[in-house]
Amino acid sequence: MTEQEVEAPARPEAIRAVPVRHPGRWVAVAVIAVLVAMLAHNLAVNTRWQGWVINQYLFNNSVLHGVLATLWLTVVAMAVGVVGGIVLAVMRLSDNPVVSSSAWVYIWFFRGTPVLVQLIFWFNIGALFPTLSLGLPFGPGFHTWSTNSLITPFLASVLGLGLNEAAYMSEIVRAGILSVDEGQTEAASALGMRRLLIMRRVVLPQAMRVIIPPTGNETISMLKTTSLVSFTGGFELLVSVQRIYNANYKIIPLLVVASIWYLLVTSILTVGQYYLERYFARGSARQLPPTPPQKLLAFYQRYVRATRRQRPVIPESTAGGGL
Amino acid sequence: MIEEPELAPESFSAVNAMVEAVEVHKSYGRLDVLKGISLKVMPRDVMCLIGPSGSGKSTFLRCINHLEKINAGRLSVDGELVGYRERGGRLHELHEKEVARQRTEIGMVFQRFNLFPHMTALENIIEAPVRVKGEAKDQARQHANELLEKVGLSDKATAYPNQLSGGQQQRVAIARALAMRPKLMLFDEPTSALDPELVGDVLAVMRQLADDGMTMIVVTHEMGFAREVGDSLIFMDDGIVVESGNPREVLANPRHERTRLFLSKVL
Repeated sequence: MTEQEVEAPARPEAIRAVPVRHPGRWVAVAVIAVLVAMLAHNLAVNTRWQGWVINQYLFNNSVLHGVLATLWLTVVAMAVGVVGGIVLAVMRLSDNPVVSSSAWVYIWFFRGTPVLVQLIFWFNIGALFPTLSLGLPFGPGFHTWSTNSLITPFLASVLGLGLNEAAYMSEIVRAGILSVDEGQTEAASALGMRRLLIMRRVVLPQAMRVIIPPTGNETISMLKTTSLVSFTGGFELLVSVQRIYNANYKIIPLLVVASIWYLLVTSILTVGQYYLERYFARGSARQLPPTPPQKLLAFYQRYVRATRRQRPVIPESTAGGGL
Repeated sequence: MIEEPELAPESFSAVNAMVEAVEVHKSYGRLDVLKGISLKVMPRDVMCLIGPSGSGKSTFLRCINHLEKINAGRLSVDGELVGYRERGGRLHELHEKEVARQRTEIGMVFQRFNLFPHMTALENIIEAPVRVKGEAKDQARQHANELLEKVGLSDKATAYPNQLSGGQQQRVAIARALAMRPKLMLFDEPTSALDPELVGDVLAVMRQLADDGMTMIVVTHEMGFAREVGDSLIFMDDGIVVESGNPREVLANPRHERTRLFLSKVL
């Protein structure tokens, strides 16, 4: 405020109103507390949960193998899905009508049939094509393989899950690309950039902000969808616990073991997604909010400062503590 | 200092027009937007295009760097047809690669800035020189810093576009276009999206650029700029050039009723 200017009027006393009461909240607290207590009681008393079995198998070797197989299958199938999705999305946005309608037909087919059916199909592909050969179209083959030896259960799982995922991912990527302002493409073209370069350097990095949240969803969904291959001869976490409970009949505890692992991995993926979103949010917000660890650190530092200040001068209030 | 625009060797004779339009037509379906635009812009000249909205002035500007395809007529920049090649009496469409090459020599500044929001000011400026022209990053960075200083934003190199005001963003956008060392600059209503108090900074940069000898075509509603900086003024309405001439004369004594009517509304 410069000299000569009108001074701001004195600030009136801060409002200290009686807050609205929320009796409904207390009812909700009571109901939920009772339910939680019942669950805790059941867990403690009901020996059929067989907590010791859970303990025994949580880090069992074949369970861990199952976890690794699930992770590996998720990663590879998602990689196929993301790459395929980007290619299909770019194809659908192409000016070439043959290319864009081929992508449309692909998406129509793979979204329109159940993924379990597709998985079973890939596991039985040998029935349709007993041999696969590399050669000229309609011409002689240079080398021929037996389909069953080439399409292993793992490869069949990857094909079934990945090709299906590509159809879904392509719509997510397309939405992301369409969300980027056309002015961006124009400005880049005016600078002499060509289509693929514009896509890679200008459009996709901005589209990522729209693409990542649903892709996180898809990854978490994929992690659990991999359990479908237990129906078709693949190997993953659910298969490994099934093998154990088929031998010892401890079905519930082993399903709990599997669920704990699914939950753990999902939680890790959620954290990964959070940081990935922050990375691609650069330039979009004036200041990014602090991450949870940063918040914790700031809270701790404030606490330390407040206690230090309090020790020597005892009666002074904790100004700026703001818990 | 902004370097003198590098004149291509074939245009050693300064009398060759930088931009020449002959009977340029453009239509979207049945809607005729440009109905035969003919004009010439000489090197180092500043031409201002004015006219009511929908008169086709922005469309014409976008035709000059082939963001829009023309339907009839001839349009050339520095003696070279835009977007086409004439061979054996027929026009052949240019490949995307060649269109891109032509565009590297024509800078464009947009009404809505269109900076890349995920890159800092400096990254915005070096992107095309490095990725399109293959300039070394250090060299591009140095040039970018000179340009930022030129537009008065040397302290904003690491700022992202949305940390900048509209006027600052537009000045970065001008620096980004200049980084390609263009021989022609197109301005599409560069100050129309700005708060009034920010317009002056952008106009000052453009005036400096004109003084340095850049060839410029400016679609604008800033009559003051047109009068003081423009070498020629074109008034367009309904897809045709209604009136053209020295800006001072046209603005003071419009010969056509339509020009008079338009100017009475904006002045």
